[in-house]
Amino acid sequence: MTLDFAPLWLSLRVSLLATLLVALVGIPLAWLLARRQFWGRELLNGLASLPLVLPPTVLGYYLLVVLGQQSPVGRWLNEMGWPLVFTWRGAVVAASVAAFPLLVATARAGFESVDRRLEDIARTLGRSELDIFWRVTLPLAWPSLLAATALTFARALGDFGATLMVAGNIPGRTQTAAIYIYDLLQANRRDEAGLMALIVTGLALLLFIVSQSLTRRVLRL
Amino acid sequence: MVEIDIRKRLRDFTLAMALRANNGITALFGRSGVGKSMTLTCVAGLATPDAGRIAVNGHTFFDSDSGVNLRPQERRVGYVTQDYLLFPHLTVWQNVAFGLINQTRAEQDRIVQEALAWLELESLADQRPGKLSGGQQQRVALARALVIRPQVLLLDEPFSALDSPTRLRLRQDLLRLRQELNVPVLFVTHDLAEALLLADQMAVIDNGRLLQLDAPERIRERPANPLVAELVGVASKP
Repeated sequence: MTLDFAPLWLSLRVSLLATLLVALVGIPLAWLLARRQFWGRELLNGLASLPLVLPPTVLGYYLLVVLGQQSPVGRWLNEMGWPLVFTWRGAVVAASVAAFPLLVATARAGFESVDRRLEDIARTLGRSELDIFWRVTLPLAWPSLLAATALTFARALGDFGATLMVAGNIPGRTQTAAIYIYDLLQANRRDEAGLMALIVTGLALLLFIVSQSLTRRVLRL
Repeated sequence: MVEIDIRKRLRDFTLAMALRANNGITALFGRSGVGKSMTLTCVAGLATPDAGRIAVNGHTFFDSDSGVNLRPQERRVGYVTQDYLLFPHLTVWQNVAFGLINQTRAEQDRIVQEALAWLELESLADQRPGKLSGGQQQRVALARALVIRPQVLLLDEPFSALDSPTRLRLRQDLLRLRQELNVPVLFVTHDLAEALLLADQMAVIDNGRLLQLDAPERIRERPANPLVAELVGVASKP
Protein backbone atom coordinates (compact mmCIF):
# COMPACT_ATOMS: atom_id res chain seq x y z
CA MET A 1 0.00 0.00 0.00
CA THR A 2 1.52 3.28 -1.10
CA LEU A 3 -0.41 6.30 -0.05
CA ASP A 4 0.56 9.62 -1.62
CA PHE A 5 0.25 12.43 0.94
CA ALA A 6 0.79 15.25 -1.55
CA PRO A 7 -2.97 15.59 -2.24
CA LEU A 8 -3.62 16.01 1.49
CA TRP A 9 -1.03 18.79 1.83
CA LEU A 10 -2.42 20.46 -1.28
CA SER A 11 -5.92 20.23 0.17
CA LEU A 12 -4.80 21.80 3.43
CA ARG A 13 -2.99 24.61 1.64
CA VAL A 14 -5.88 25.27 -0.74
CA SER A 15 -8.43 25.21 2.11
CA LEU A 16 -6.37 27.53 4.28
CA LEU A 17 -6.05 30.12 1.51
CA ALA A 18 -9.71 29.72 0.55
CA THR A 19 -10.76 30.21 4.18
CA LEU A 20 -8.70 33.39 4.48
CA LEU A 21 -10.14 34.73 1.24
CA VAL A 22 -13.71 33.87 2.18
CA ALA A 23 -13.39 35.30 5.70
CA LEU A 24 -11.95 38.54 4.37
CA VAL A 25 -14.85 39.08 1.96
CA GLY A 26 -17.58 37.20 3.77
CA ILE A 27 -17.35 38.61 7.29
CA PRO A 28 -17.86 42.24 6.23
CA LEU A 29 -20.70 41.08 3.95
CA ALA A 30 -22.26 39.13 6.82
CA TRP A 31 -22.13 42.24 9.02
CA LEU A 32 -23.75 44.30 6.27
CA LEU A 33 -26.54 41.75 5.87
CA ALA A 34 -27.06 41.52 9.62
CA ARG A 35 -26.95 45.19 10.51
CA ARG A 36 -27.74 47.47 7.58
CA GLN A 37 -30.98 48.03 5.71
CA PHE A 38 -30.39 48.73 2.04
CA TRP A 39 -32.02 48.18 -1.30
CA GLY A 40 -31.29 44.74 -2.74
CA ARG A 41 -30.20 43.24 0.58
CA GLU A 42 -32.14 40.02 0.12
CA LEU A 43 -30.97 39.77 -3.49
CA LEU A 44 -27.38 40.04 -2.31
CA ASN A 45 -28.06 37.44 0.36
CA GLY A 46 -29.56 35.17 -2.31
CA LEU A 47 -26.55 35.57 -4.59
CA ALA A 48 -24.17 34.86 -1.71
CA SER A 49 -26.14 31.72 -0.83
CA LEU A 50 -26.52 30.43 -4.39
CA PRO A 51 -23.46 28.14 -4.39
CA LEU A 52 -25.12 26.21 -1.57
CA VAL A 53 -28.01 25.10 -3.77
CA LEU A 54 -26.46 24.97 -7.25
CA PRO A 55 -25.14 21.66 -8.54
CA PRO A 56 -21.32 21.72 -8.32
CA THR A 57 -21.14 21.28 -12.09
CA VAL A 58 -23.18 24.42 -12.65
CA LEU A 59 -20.93 26.28 -10.24
CA GLY A 60 -17.86 24.95 -12.03
CA TYR A 61 -19.36 25.92 -15.38
CA TYR A 62 -19.93 29.51 -14.26
CA LEU A 63 -16.42 29.74 -12.87
CA LEU A 64 -15.00 28.50 -16.17
CA VAL A 65 -17.10 31.04 -18.08
CA VAL A 66 -15.99 33.90 -15.82
CA LEU A 67 -12.35 32.91 -15.28
CA GLY A 68 -11.50 30.85 -18.38
CA GLN A 69 -9.19 31.84 -21.24
CA GLN A 70 -12.11 33.21 -23.26
CA SER A 71 -13.17 35.76 -20.67
CA PRO A 72 -11.58 39.20 -20.13
CA VAL A 73 -10.91 38.29 -16.52
CA GLY A 74 -9.25 35.05 -17.54
CA ARG A 75 -7.09 36.80 -20.15
CA TRP A 76 -6.04 39.43 -17.62
CA LEU A 77 -5.14 36.76 -15.07
CA ASN A 78 -3.11 34.98 -17.74
CA GLU A 79 -1.19 38.15 -18.57
CA MET A 80 -0.49 38.72 -14.88
CA GLY A 81 0.93 35.20 -14.74
CA TRP A 82 -1.82 33.86 -12.46
CA PRO A 83 -3.85 31.53 -14.66
CA LEU A 84 -6.61 29.85 -12.70
CA VAL A 85 -7.90 27.10 -14.91
CA PHE A 86 -6.09 23.80 -14.30
CA THR A 87 -3.90 25.32 -11.59
CA TRP A 88 -3.94 25.06 -7.79
CA ARG A 89 -5.11 28.70 -7.70
CA GLY A 90 -8.23 27.56 -9.52
CA ALA A 91 -8.77 25.04 -6.75
CA VAL A 92 -8.58 27.88 -4.22
CA VAL A 93 -11.20 29.87 -6.13
CA ALA A 94 -13.49 26.85 -6.54
CA ALA A 95 -13.24 25.92 -2.85
CA SER A 96 -13.79 29.56 -1.87
CA VAL A 97 -16.94 29.95 -3.89
CA ALA A 98 -18.30 26.62 -2.66
CA ALA A 99 -17.63 27.48 1.00
CA PHE A 100 -18.70 31.14 0.81
CA PRO A 101 -22.42 30.65 1.63
CA LEU A 102 -21.64 28.65 4.75
CA LEU A 103 -19.43 31.41 6.12
CA VAL A 104 -21.85 34.20 5.30
CA ALA A 105 -24.84 32.41 6.83
CA THR A 106 -22.98 31.42 10.02
CA ALA A 107 -21.25 34.76 10.49
CA ARG A 108 -24.49 36.61 9.81
CA ALA A 109 -26.23 34.57 12.49
CA GLY A 110 -23.31 35.38 14.79
CA PHE A 111 -23.69 39.12 14.24
CA GLU A 112 -27.47 38.87 14.61
CA SER A 113 -27.05 37.11 17.95
CA VAL A 114 -25.43 40.27 19.36
CA ASP A 115 -28.14 42.29 21.10
CA ARG A 116 -28.64 45.46 19.07
CA ARG A 117 -29.61 47.29 22.20
CA LEU A 118 -26.04 46.91 23.47
CA GLU A 119 -24.96 48.81 20.37
CA ASP A 120 -27.68 51.39 21.10
CA ILE A 121 -26.41 51.85 24.66
CA ALA A 122 -22.91 52.35 23.28
CA ARG A 123 -24.33 55.07 21.00
CA THR A 124 -25.91 56.91 23.94
CA LEU A 125 -22.51 56.69 25.63
CA GLY A 126 -21.01 58.64 22.76
CA ARG A 127 -19.13 55.89 20.95
CA SER A 128 -18.70 56.15 17.17
CA GLU A 129 -20.08 53.43 14.88
CA LEU A 130 -16.56 52.18 14.16
CA ASP A 131 -15.77 52.03 17.88
CA ILE A 132 -18.98 50.12 18.50
CA PHE A 133 -18.06 47.57 15.86
CA TRP A 134 -14.60 46.97 17.32
CA ARG A 135 -15.49 47.16 21.01
CA VAL A 136 -18.98 45.67 21.18
CA THR A 137 -20.14 43.83 18.07
CA LEU A 138 -16.92 42.10 17.09
CA PRO A 139 -15.87 40.86 20.55
CA LEU A 140 -19.36 39.49 21.18
CA ALA A 141 -19.63 37.86 17.74
CA TRP A 142 -16.03 36.64 17.81
CA PRO A 143 -16.63 33.01 18.90
CA SER A 144 -19.34 32.70 16.21
CA LEU A 145 -16.97 34.07 13.61
CA LEU A 146 -14.28 31.57 14.60
CA ALA A 147 -16.85 28.80 14.44
CA ALA A 148 -17.93 30.01 11.00
CA THR A 149 -14.31 30.01 9.88
CA ALA A 150 -13.73 26.46 11.11
CA LEU A 151 -16.82 25.27 9.23
CA THR A 152 -15.67 27.11 6.13
CA PHE A 153 -12.31 25.37 6.30
CA ALA A 154 -14.01 21.99 6.59
CA ARG A 155 -16.28 22.75 3.65
CA ALA A 156 -13.37 23.95 1.51
CA LEU A 157 -11.47 20.77 2.38
CA GLY A 158 -14.35 18.67 1.13
CA ASP A 159 -15.01 20.34 -2.19
CA PHE A 160 -15.04 18.00 -5.13
CA GLY A 161 -17.18 18.99 -8.12
CA ALA A 162 -16.32 22.63 -8.65
CA THR A 163 -12.63 21.98 -7.94
CA LEU A 164 -12.54 19.15 -10.46
CA MET A 165 -14.09 21.32 -13.17
CA VAL A 166 -11.93 24.39 -12.61
CA ALA A 167 -8.59 22.94 -11.47
CA GLY A 168 -8.85 19.50 -13.00
CA ASN A 169 -7.18 16.38 -11.66
CA ILE A 170 -3.46 16.70 -12.28
CA PRO A 171 -1.56 14.47 -9.82
CA GLY A 172 1.02 16.46 -7.90
CA ARG A 173 -0.41 19.80 -9.12
CA THR A 174 -4.16 20.09 -8.71
CA GLN A 175 -5.17 16.74 -7.28
CA THR A 176 -6.76 17.43 -3.86
CA ALA A 177 -7.50 14.78 -1.25
CA ALA A 178 -11.18 14.55 -2.19
CA ILE A 179 -10.33 13.94 -5.84
CA TYR A 180 -7.48 11.58 -4.96
CA ILE A 181 -9.92 9.37 -3.05
CA TYR A 182 -12.12 9.17 -6.13
CA ASP A 183 -9.09 8.23 -8.26
CA LEU A 184 -8.01 5.56 -5.78
CA LEU A 185 -11.44 3.99 -5.86
CA GLN A 186 -11.51 4.08 -9.65
CA ALA A 187 -8.19 2.25 -9.63
CA ASN A 188 -9.65 -0.26 -7.18
CA ARG A 189 -7.11 0.69 -4.51
CA ARG A 190 -9.69 0.35 -1.74
CA ASP A 191 -7.33 0.21 1.25
CA GLU A 192 -5.63 3.47 0.33
CA ALA A 193 -8.96 5.12 -0.43
CA GLY A 194 -10.26 3.98 2.93
CA LEU A 195 -7.25 5.35 4.80
CA MET A 196 -7.39 8.71 3.06
CA ALA A 197 -11.14 8.87 3.69
CA LEU A 198 -10.49 8.17 7.36
CA ILE A 199 -7.92 10.98 7.59
CA VAL A 200 -10.23 13.49 5.91
CA THR A 201 -13.12 12.38 8.13
CA GLY A 202 -11.04 12.81 11.28
CA LEU A 203 -9.98 16.28 10.21
CA ALA A 204 -13.53 17.34 9.35
CA LEU A 205 -14.87 15.93 12.62
CA LEU A 206 -12.23 17.82 14.58
CA LEU A 207 -13.12 21.07 12.84
CA PHE A 208 -16.80 20.47 13.46
CA ILE A 209 -16.25 19.85 17.18
CA VAL A 210 -14.13 23.00 17.45
CA SER A 211 -16.85 24.95 15.71
CA GLN A 212 -19.60 23.57 17.95
CA SER A 213 -17.74 24.28 21.17
CA LEU A 214 -17.13 27.86 20.03
CA THR A 215 -20.82 28.28 19.29
CA ARG A 216 -21.68 27.01 22.76
CA ARG A 217 -19.32 29.59 24.25
CA VAL A 218 -21.43 32.32 22.68
CA LEU A 219 -24.60 30.91 24.19
CA ARG A 220 -23.01 30.84 27.64
CA LEU A 221 -21.71 34.41 27.64
CA MET B 1 -35.83 71.16 31.41
CA VAL B 2 -37.02 68.63 28.84
CA GLU B 3 -39.50 69.77 26.21
CA ILE B 4 -41.15 67.06 24.16
CA ASP B 5 -43.77 67.57 21.50
CA ILE B 6 -43.70 64.70 19.05
CA ARG B 7 -45.83 62.53 16.83
CA LYS B 8 -44.91 59.04 15.76
CA ARG B 9 -47.07 56.44 14.11
CA LEU B 10 -46.68 53.06 15.75
CA ARG B 11 -48.28 49.78 14.81
CA ASP B 12 -51.25 49.93 17.16
CA PHE B 13 -51.65 53.65 17.80
CA THR B 14 -50.12 57.04 17.14
CA LEU B 15 -47.85 58.45 19.77
CA ALA B 16 -48.70 62.14 20.19
CA MET B 17 -46.77 63.22 23.23
CA ALA B 18 -46.49 66.77 24.51
CA LEU B 19 -44.67 67.00 27.79
CA ARG B 20 -42.47 69.43 29.74
CA ALA B 21 -40.36 68.04 32.55
CA ASN B 22 -38.33 70.13 34.98
CA ASN B 23 -35.33 69.03 36.99
CA GLY B 24 -36.27 66.35 39.46
CA ILE B 25 -38.06 63.11 38.77
CA THR B 26 -40.90 62.97 36.29
CA ALA B 27 -42.67 59.64 36.32
CA LEU B 28 -44.12 58.61 32.98
CA PHE B 29 -46.90 56.46 34.34
CA GLY B 30 -49.36 54.28 32.48
CA ARG B 31 -50.19 50.76 31.41
CA SER B 32 -47.77 48.68 29.33
CA GLY B 33 -47.50 49.47 25.65
CA VAL B 34 -48.95 52.98 25.65
CA GLY B 35 -45.84 54.74 24.32
CA LYS B 36 -43.91 55.57 27.49
CA SER B 37 -40.76 53.71 26.49
CA MET B 38 -41.00 54.90 22.90
CA THR B 39 -41.00 58.47 24.19
CA LEU B 40 -37.69 57.81 25.99
CA THR B 41 -36.27 56.09 22.92
CA CYS B 42 -37.05 59.21 20.88
CA VAL B 43 -35.38 61.47 23.47
CA ALA B 44 -32.28 59.25 23.40
CA GLY B 45 -32.20 59.46 19.59
CA LEU B 46 -32.55 55.71 19.14
CA ALA B 47 -35.88 56.18 17.34
CA THR B 48 -36.97 59.10 15.19
CA PRO B 49 -40.37 60.77 15.56
CA ASP B 50 -42.36 61.46 12.39
CA ALA B 51 -42.68 65.09 13.37
CA GLY B 52 -42.26 67.49 16.25
CA ARG B 53 -39.55 68.79 18.52
CA ILE B 54 -37.42 67.58 21.42
CA ALA B 55 -35.20 69.93 23.41
CA VAL B 56 -33.24 69.51 26.62
CA ASN B 57 -32.10 72.61 28.55
CA GLY B 58 -32.77 74.71 25.46
CA HIS B 59 -30.55 72.43 23.37
CA THR B 60 -32.55 71.13 20.37
CA PHE B 61 -32.18 67.37 19.91
CA PHE B 62 -34.82 67.01 17.23
CA ASP B 63 -36.87 69.47 15.23
CA SER B 64 -38.67 68.28 12.13
CA ASP B 65 -39.33 71.89 10.99
CA SER B 66 -35.68 72.85 10.83
CA GLY B 67 -34.46 69.34 10.01
CA VAL B 68 -32.43 68.95 13.21
CA ASN B 69 -31.89 65.36 14.34
CA LEU B 70 -28.86 64.90 16.55
CA ARG B 71 -27.29 61.46 16.63
CA PRO B 72 -27.50 59.66 20.00
CA GLN B 73 -23.76 60.27 20.35
CA GLU B 74 -24.36 64.04 20.31
CA ARG B 75 -27.20 64.09 22.85
CA ARG B 76 -25.42 63.06 26.06
CA VAL B 77 -28.33 61.27 27.68
CA GLY B 78 -28.05 58.70 30.43
CA TYR B 79 -30.18 55.75 29.39
CA VAL B 80 -30.93 52.87 31.76
CA THR B 81 -33.31 50.01 30.95
CA GLN B 82 -35.06 47.21 32.77
CA ASP B 83 -32.58 44.55 31.65
CA TYR B 84 -29.45 46.59 32.46
CA LEU B 85 -27.76 45.93 29.08
CA LEU B 86 -24.26 45.75 30.49
CA PHE B 87 -21.52 44.73 28.08
CA PRO B 88 -21.06 41.07 29.04
CA HIS B 89 -17.46 40.87 27.82
CA LEU B 90 -16.26 43.85 29.88
CA THR B 91 -15.61 44.15 33.60
CA VAL B 92 -17.67 46.42 35.84
CA TRP B 93 -14.90 48.99 35.70
CA GLN B 94 -14.73 48.86 31.89
CA ASN B 95 -18.51 49.08 31.63
CA VAL B 96 -18.63 52.22 33.74
CA ALA B 97 -15.70 53.77 31.87
CA PHE B 98 -17.21 52.97 28.44
CA GLY B 99 -18.65 56.44 27.89
CA LEU B 100 -15.50 58.30 29.00
CA ILE B 101 -13.86 59.06 25.71
CA ASN B 102 -12.09 62.41 25.90
CA GLN B 103 -10.68 62.12 29.40
CA THR B 104 -7.13 61.16 30.25
CA ARG B 105 -6.55 57.81 31.86
CA ALA B 106 -6.05 59.44 35.28
CA GLU B 107 -9.31 61.39 34.97
CA GLN B 108 -11.13 58.25 33.91
CA ASP B 109 -9.79 56.40 36.94
CA ARG B 110 -10.91 59.16 39.27
CA ILE B 111 -14.42 59.46 37.76
CA VAL B 112 -15.06 55.72 37.67
CA GLN B 113 -13.69 55.29 41.18
CA GLU B 114 -15.98 58.01 42.46
CA ALA B 115 -19.06 56.53 40.76
CA LEU B 116 -18.29 53.02 42.01
CA ALA B 117 -17.82 54.33 45.54
CA TRP B 118 -21.04 56.29 45.40
CA LEU B 119 -23.00 53.18 44.44
CA GLU B 120 -20.96 50.86 46.68
CA LEU B 121 -19.63 48.82 43.79
CA GLU B 122 -15.88 49.13 44.42
CA SER B 123 -15.39 45.53 45.43
CA LEU B 124 -16.94 44.38 42.15
CA ALA B 125 -14.78 46.49 39.83
CA ASP B 126 -13.00 43.53 38.24
CA GLN B 127 -16.04 41.25 37.93
CA ARG B 128 -17.90 40.50 34.73
CA PRO B 129 -21.63 41.40 34.75
CA GLY B 130 -22.62 37.73 34.51
CA LYS B 131 -21.40 37.19 38.08
CA LEU B 132 -23.49 40.01 39.58
CA SER B 133 -26.98 40.04 41.05
CA GLY B 134 -29.72 42.00 39.30
CA GLY B 135 -29.49 44.86 41.77
CA GLN B 136 -25.73 45.09 41.38
CA GLN B 137 -26.04 45.03 37.59
CA GLN B 138 -28.56 47.83 37.69
CA ARG B 139 -26.29 49.94 39.89
CA VAL B 140 -23.48 49.40 37.38
CA ALA B 141 -25.82 50.49 34.58
CA LEU B 142 -26.71 53.58 36.58
CA ALA B 143 -23.04 54.37 37.24
CA ARG B 144 -22.27 53.94 33.53
CA ALA B 145 -25.03 56.40 32.61
CA LEU B 146 -24.02 58.94 35.28
CA VAL B 147 -20.30 59.26 34.56
CA ILE B 148 -20.95 60.90 31.20
CA ARG B 149 -22.63 63.79 33.08
CA PRO B 150 -25.88 63.41 31.15
CA GLN B 151 -28.11 66.37 30.35
CA VAL B 152 -31.11 64.18 31.08
CA LEU B 153 -31.45 60.81 32.74
CA LEU B 154 -33.83 58.32 31.07
CA LEU B 155 -34.87 55.39 33.23
CA ASP B 156 -37.06 52.81 31.51
CA GLU B 157 -38.73 50.56 34.12
CA PRO B 158 -35.32 50.36 35.80
CA PHE B 159 -36.44 48.40 38.84
CA SER B 160 -39.13 46.14 37.39
CA ALA B 161 -36.93 43.06 37.08
CA LEU B 162 -35.71 43.27 40.70
CA ASP B 163 -37.07 41.64 43.84
CA SER B 164 -38.63 44.04 46.28
CA PRO B 165 -35.83 44.51 48.88
CA THR B 166 -33.43 45.26 46.02
CA ARG B 167 -35.99 47.60 44.49
CA LEU B 168 -36.30 49.51 47.77
CA ARG B 169 -32.54 49.90 47.95
CA LEU B 170 -32.36 51.23 44.38
CA ARG B 171 -35.21 53.64 44.97
CA GLN B 172 -33.20 55.02 47.88
CA ASP B 173 -30.21 55.37 45.55
CA LEU B 174 -32.34 57.24 43.06
CA LEU B 175 -33.69 59.64 45.68
CA ARG B 176 -30.15 60.22 46.93
CA LEU B 177 -29.13 60.88 43.34
CA ARG B 178 -31.86 63.46 42.85
CA GLN B 179 -30.36 65.51 45.67
CA GLU B 180 -26.95 65.61 44.03
CA LEU B 181 -27.70 65.59 40.35
CA ASN B 182 -29.40 68.65 39.03
CA VAL B 183 -30.86 67.23 35.82
CA PRO B 184 -34.32 66.17 34.68
CA VAL B 185 -35.03 62.48 35.22
CA LEU B 186 -37.68 60.80 33.06
CA PHE B 187 -38.74 57.67 34.84
CA VAL B 188 -41.00 55.20 33.03
CA THR B 189 -43.05 52.95 35.28
CA HIS B 190 -46.32 51.03 35.30
CA ASP B 191 -46.12 50.64 39.10
CA LEU B 192 -48.40 53.19 40.78
CA ALA B 193 -46.78 52.91 44.22
CA GLU B 194 -43.38 53.50 42.68
CA ALA B 195 -44.59 56.53 40.73
CA LEU B 196 -46.22 58.02 43.83
CA LEU B 197 -43.14 57.40 45.94
CA LEU B 198 -40.49 58.76 43.61
CA ALA B 199 -42.08 61.34 41.38
CA ASP B 200 -41.86 65.10 41.79
CA GLN B 201 -44.30 65.27 38.96
CA MET B 202 -46.27 62.56 37.31
CA ALA B 203 -47.27 62.27 33.66
CA VAL B 204 -50.24 59.96 33.26
CA ILE B 205 -50.15 58.45 29.80
CA ASP B 206 -52.57 56.29 27.88
CA ASN B 207 -52.82 55.27 24.26
CA GLY B 208 -49.91 57.44 23.15
CA ARG B 209 -51.18 60.63 24.80
CA LEU B 210 -50.50 62.62 27.93
CA LEU B 211 -53.68 62.69 30.00
CA GLN B 212 -52.48 64.75 32.95
CA LEU B 213 -49.22 66.23 34.24
CA ASP B 214 -48.93 67.40 37.82
CA ALA B 215 -47.61 66.56 41.26
CA PRO B 216 -48.76 63.04 42.17
CA GLU B 217 -50.85 64.14 45.15
CA ARG B 218 -52.61 66.80 43.06
CA ILE B 219 -53.43 64.24 40.38
CA ARG B 220 -54.90 61.97 43.04
CA GLU B 221 -56.91 64.87 44.46
CA ARG B 222 -58.11 66.16 41.15
CA PRO B 223 -57.88 63.59 38.35
CA ALA B 224 -58.56 65.24 35.00
CA ASN B 225 -61.01 62.57 33.88
CA PRO B 226 -62.41 59.18 34.91
CA LEU B 227 -59.65 57.29 33.08
CA VAL B 228 -56.93 59.12 35.02
CA ALA B 229 -58.85 58.48 38.23
CA GLU B 230 -58.97 54.79 37.42
CA LEU B 231 -55.27 54.64 36.51
CA VAL B 232 -54.14 56.40 39.71
CA GLY B 233 -56.49 54.35 41.84
CA VAL B 234 -58.97 56.91 43.07
CA ALA B 235 -62.70 57.29 42.51
CA SER B 236 -63.48 60.15 40.15
CA LYS B 237 -65.69 62.89 41.45
CA PRO B 238 -68.77 63.54 39.41
